[in-house]
Amino acid sequence: MRDRHVIIAALVVFVGLLTFPIWYARAAGTTARGPEPKLPATEKTCVMPVEYMRASHMALLLTWRDDVVRRQDRAYVSPDGKAYTKSLTGTCLRCHANKAEFCDRCHTYAGVTPYCWDCHVAPASLKGSGT
Amino acid sequence: MSVSRRAFLGTAGLSALGLTSKTALDAFALQPPHEPAPAPAGTRWAMVIDSKKCLEAGDCTKCLDACHRTHNVPAIANRAHEVKWIWKEPFEHAFPSLQTDYPPDALRDKPVMVLCNHCDNPPCVRVCPTQATWKRSDGIVMMDWHRCIGCRYCVAGCPYGSRSFNWSDPRPSIAQITPDFPTRSKGVVEKCTFCEERLAKGEPPACVAACQAKALVFGNLNDPESDVRSLLRSHFTIRRKPELGTRPAIYYIV
Repeated sequence: MRDRHVIIAALVVFVGLLTFPIWYARAAGTTARGPEPKLPATEKTCVMPVEYMRASHMALLLTWRDDVVRRQDRAYVSPDGKAYTKSLTGTCLRCHANKAEFCDRCHTYAGVTPYCWDCHVAPASLKGSGT
Repeated sequence: MSVSRRAFLGTAGLSALGLTSKTALDAFALQPPHEPAPAPAGTRWAMVIDSKKCLEAGDCTKCLDACHRTHNVPAIANRAHEVKWIWKEPFEHAFPSLQTDYPPDALRDKPVMVLCNHCDNPPCVRVCPTQATWKRSDGIVMMDWHRCIGCRYCVAGCPYGSRSFNWSDPRPSIAQITPDFPTRSKGVVEKCTFCEERLAKGEPPACVAACQAKALVFGNLNDPESDVRSLLRSHFTIRRKPELGTRPAIYYIV
């Protein structure tokens, strides 16, 4: 057992390497918890049920886009009978006014970069950034 | 009689060419000539620009400012990169087919307001490979900036220079961004849309609403009682480059 020190040292290094992802995540401050987008305080209902919006808001936005730009169809009636205007900045952002706390939280978590904001203007993002 | 291998191959080749070329020629001959679409039947938006009234207002830029502010049009100093929706063009440039060596002083080098003509037979729409630009049923030549791939065929196709390409991100060149309207991004073509987003709300185009001299008159060309039709009845009007057959919807009183 003259190699005991070497073996123990090697075991420590091995366990350290094995658990490296845990230490790394701890150091970087990332957690396994999902994103927590901040919902608007004023409104309780969206244009579609929350489950649909969570999974398929992008499909809805693309449909709205084509309806408005290509079909001149700007009126929308939600399943619960409320009338809306199909507009990203006019309708969605009216309630979800803070892009950083709503859109960006999930998009950053999911690692997606939608190009909506290359052209469409988020009111909150106007302040200070100059864009 | 003997035929050499060389002569036989030559004759066979020429015969094959003769047989196939007929089909190819027929295919080209059958290409139907381009028939312009008929003018819209319902509402047909059009504009009459009274250049006399416009010139009386002097250096007024109210319509330009209103348009550019409403639509986040960037102000780019470099003329090769500038973006134009509505702008002033010297009379000789706006109406090159009306050139005379002795134009009246009232028109010589005088600015004329020019914008997209929203043609009945728009060349830009014909050449767009992605249908990012198309002719609406109310006559507006509309653009879908989402779908534009920036090929610039339409820029080449438009005989009026009404289309501008974004060579760089336009946002730094916009003094005050209007959040209600999107900006464009690098690599996208843009032009006047006759303020279709305002028309949808029942408002006239921004330039028309801003013109205090009432030099810009907007209305339905298919309605005999409309302002544009009554102006067209009472005045002699011209259109830009009518010889090209694009049938513009912008009429000028000069």
